Amino acid sequence: MIRPVVSSLLLIACAATAHAAPELVIVNFGGANGAAQRKAFYEPFERTSGAKVVAVEYNGEQARVKAMVEARKVTWDVVEVESPDLSRGCDEGLYERVDWSKLGGKAAYLPAAVHDCGVGAFMWSTVMAYDTSRFPGGGPKTWADFWDVKRFPGKRGLRKGARYALEFALLADGVKPADVYKVLATRDGADRAFRRLTELAPHLQWWEAGAQPVQWLVANDVAITSAYNGRIDAARREGRPLAVVWAGSLYDFDYWAVPKGSPNRDLALRYIATAGVPDHQAAFARLMPYGPTVPQAVARIDAETLKHLPSTPANMTDALKFDARFWADQGEVLEKRFAAWAAR
Amino acid sequence: MSPTSLATHPLERAGLRAVRALCVALLAFLLAPVLVLVPLSFSDGSFLTWPVPGWSLRWYDDVLHSDAWLRAARNSFIVAPAATLIATVLGTLAAVGLARADFIGRGLLTSLLIAPMVVPVIVVGLATALAFAPIGLGDSFTGLILVHAALGAPFVLTTVTATLDGFDRNLIRASASLGADPWATFRRVTLPLIAPGVVSGALFAFATSFDDVVVTLFLAGPTQVTLPRQMFTGIRENITPAIAAVATLLVGFTTASMLALEWLRGRRER
Amino acid sequence: MTPPAVDAPTLARAVRRERRRRTAGGLLLVAPLLVFLGLTLLLPIGTLLARAVHDPQVATALPATAQALDAWDRVAPLPDAARVALQRDLLAATDDARIGGVARRLNGDVPGARSLVMGTWRALHHDPAAAGFDPTAPRAAALEAFDARWADPAVWIAIARNAAAFNPDDLLAAVDLRRDAQGGIARVPADESAFGRILARTLGVSAAVTALCLLLGYPLAWWISTLPPQRAALAMIAVLLPFWTSVLVRAAAWVVLLQREGLVNQALIAAGVIAEPLALIFNRTGVVISMTHVLLPFMVLPLLAAMRAVPPTLMRAAVSLGSPPLQAFVRVWMPQTRAGVAAGVLLVFILALGYYVTPALLGGADDQMLSYYVARYANVEIDWGMACALAVVLLAATLVLYTLYRRVARDTVLGA
Repeated sequence: MIRPVVSSLLLIACAATAHAAPELVIVNFGGANGAAQRKAFYEPFERTSGAKVVAVEYNGEQARVKAMVEARKVTWDVVEVESPDLSRGCDEGLYERVDWSKLGGKAAYLPAAVHDCGVGAFMWSTVMAYDTSRFPGGGPKTWADFWDVKRFPGKRGLRKGARYALEFALLADGVKPADVYKVLATRDGADRAFRRLTELAPHLQWWEAGAQPVQWLVANDVAITSAYNGRIDAARREGRPLAVVWAGSLYDFDYWAVPKGSPNRDLALRYIATAGVPDHQAAFARLMPYGPTVPQAVARIDAETLKHLPSTPANMTDALKFDARFWADQGEVLEKRFAAWAAR
Repeated sequence: MSPTSLATHPLERAGLRAVRALCVALLAFLLAPVLVLVPLSFSDGSFLTWPVPGWSLRWYDDVLHSDAWLRAARNSFIVAPAATLIATVLGTLAAVGLARADFIGRGLLTSLLIAPMVVPVIVVGLATALAFAPIGLGDSFTGLILVHAALGAPFVLTTVTATLDGFDRNLIRASASLGADPWATFRRVTLPLIAPGVVSGALFAFATSFDDVVVTLFLAGPTQVTLPRQMFTGIRENITPAIAAVATLLVGFTTASMLALEWLRGRRER
Repeated sequence: MTPPAVDAPTLARAVRRERRRRTAGGLLLVAPLLVFLGLTLLLPIGTLLARAVHDPQVATALPATAQALDAWDRVAPLPDAARVALQRDLLAATDDARIGGVARRLNGDVPGARSLVMGTWRALHHDPAAAGFDPTAPRAAALEAFDARWADPAVWIAIARNAAAFNPDDLLAAVDLRRDAQGGIARVPADESAFGRILARTLGVSAAVTALCLLLGYPLAWWISTLPPQRAALAMIAVLLPFWTSVLVRAAAWVVLLQREGLVNQALIAAGVIAEPLALIFNRTGVVISMTHVLLPFMVLPLLAAMRAVPPTLMRAAVSLGSPPLQAFVRVWMPQTRAGVAAGVLLVFILALGYYVTPALLGGADDQMLSYYVARYANVEIDWGMACALAVVLLAATLVLYTLYRRVARDTVLGA
């Protein structure tokens, strides 16, 4: 009993003291995406800087960031953040303001990738996906088809929560992509979206993490689902007959942000600069079909890869930009209403 | 003498058979989820689907060469033994003390001491996360070990109390009258007698810590990810047979420890 | 020489003294655990209770506004002093974290308040003149000129309400109540009320799981108690192996077993019981099955302890006195296990109340229990006041049941 305890105490001591090379803690969403980031971004950065990257997975919980910033004990150096969380976190002083001069100026990036507190890491999309072998006569093409359980029988997957679900419900109800947020901001519009969800409720299976909808499609648990396009692509490369519908997809950016008070601020910025190098962004897109945030990277990506990126013009014609500002204002109320709706 | 032999009426016999069948089915129900992942861990595909497409050891290879899993295993074997040690010492002392104490508030004190068993873990997780962060105990092994110890101590307290209930106090008096000091009495007389309670309490404490994901979710930083925490991420973020491989290793570990325990007990009883 | 006579009162005193000495020594041994639990659990839980009703963010960030609004009855037109004070407060707040906290807090009451407050704060600090503000001598009309939403009394009511550091709003919201503009307590409208139903659902699922555990656990415990020792040990291993196996391992296993083309559905279809796969997971069924599995050992253990304590001769005595075996079983033997039943039922119910991991991984949107929302408000919405308020409700429900448990289960092992 004593020996393992002593050795574990020693281990604690070692873990606390042994820091030879500078370490940079980068927090990502894990999965195939995390693995691609390691290859495309972390490894080149380790080579050029001599620092060691410690990758940590999280599920987007900003509470951790808030807790460490408030306690002034910041152990995360770079965090991959979704856009609504970045805006909120920036408002609440969770993240450092970006010194764009150290990144070669804002002009090198897409306008949407530039934020006061964050630098666009990649562009991703929530798409409709299905198993082609299940619909030999042609699969669903619009969100109205997604709602049509007669023509396309089977369970439906959506991300648990008001975000995304309400937008898709309005698209299914015939609202034009450009008007979705305008309609959703009104009481009638929200009612409309919830009415649509109620219609589909018996067929809905709600997912919470990105790996779930893909696992469900593969296991034939759902017929059609919303999913992150990168996850679907990973399964497709494994030889699964999965298809993606770009019309009505909701795209957004993930950002790199540095929690306020990180002791490795400068190293963090150097990492972010490395992640913005066009060649690295192109390498990332080949591993994970998420669009680059640096326009120069596009020329370095092959045509086959481009076909599967959400940033490719053909894929963006009927797509909708996720409106982080709308959700920053309406998020609390609509999420509360979603909880009430689910509890009814 | 089992009450079953008293059933004479054919209907009663049929009823007994039905109960027996139900119980066997229940044992299967209890074991099925533990065993079903074993074959899946040897899959060569990337998804948890049945039937298994082909056989390979690639997921074991993956897990045993993955920094994240190895770090998680190491962390678990730091946190759980440390928490168990604290919980066992404090819990045993308190149980011995409670058995000696005789006053009006004793029941209330006992209730207070074993309350951590029933406070929902999520409340413990949230409360400690909020309270520990400002004093530098958030994101630390120390904080995690302390909370796990607090959750485990009541188990030790209850199991040791249970063994003390059947304890013959005259033994202590005999020991004292033979000139042993209290510490020697405790070590030579009390401890061997309550040892089974201490050991099973320690096991509960170990399992409490080793299996906890909720407190870890709230309290652990990036360097304190434990096995259950890593599994939680795995199940949500990256559902692959690697999960099944880790599960199989854990089931193997559990079975081996349980068999060892049974064997030890059998030897003691002989 | 005769020994000194010891009279009864002296003896009683000596016994009492000895008992006090032993008690003091005993308490000394209890003290380390008590202090330890106090510091690691009780104190943090105390903090949590406080945070459920105490939120000084608005009061500290907008002190002048709070004072100016103090006199306002929330019906009369807003005093201009408040409009001026707000601009002064926003100008004085250089720390964006502070204002961000206020914006979040207000946005919970009035959707859009976040962008309103942040936008105004940014305009005041970056280019006030362009936005029509005068930082040296703020004008009351400037606010509404900058953003018409400042004319909405709801925003000001929200500020006034949250300006009190002690504020029961979160706690009220956790039970579907709220304060109206005048401070009276009212129910929230049906399409926003969720937590009452979530609490009811939490209790309902816990009750269903407890009932199922008792229904299955009782015959199982009885059967094990009748087995010869070696086979009983084997059966106990089957009961305890899952008990020692991580909840997460089992959650992953249930997905494999219960999904649409999982083993259970495949087996049922192959056996011809069903033609179409049943929906067994990501709904209530999946949650109840998996929670029953997790909690069944907690029912079997106290039941078994109670059953083993029943004298085996009891049944024979009843039968030899002429009672039919079944009747003897029900009327004589079963009542002897009442304490075990009580202990098992309450233990399982209390544990079920706080379950988080299993429903989160295996339930649908309408199967989440209170714990899920505690975690969600804490980690995703980062509304710690609300998370704490929901935790308080959960804790209160648990403690009420625990008190009950202590009363019923005083004599059983787990009741200590």
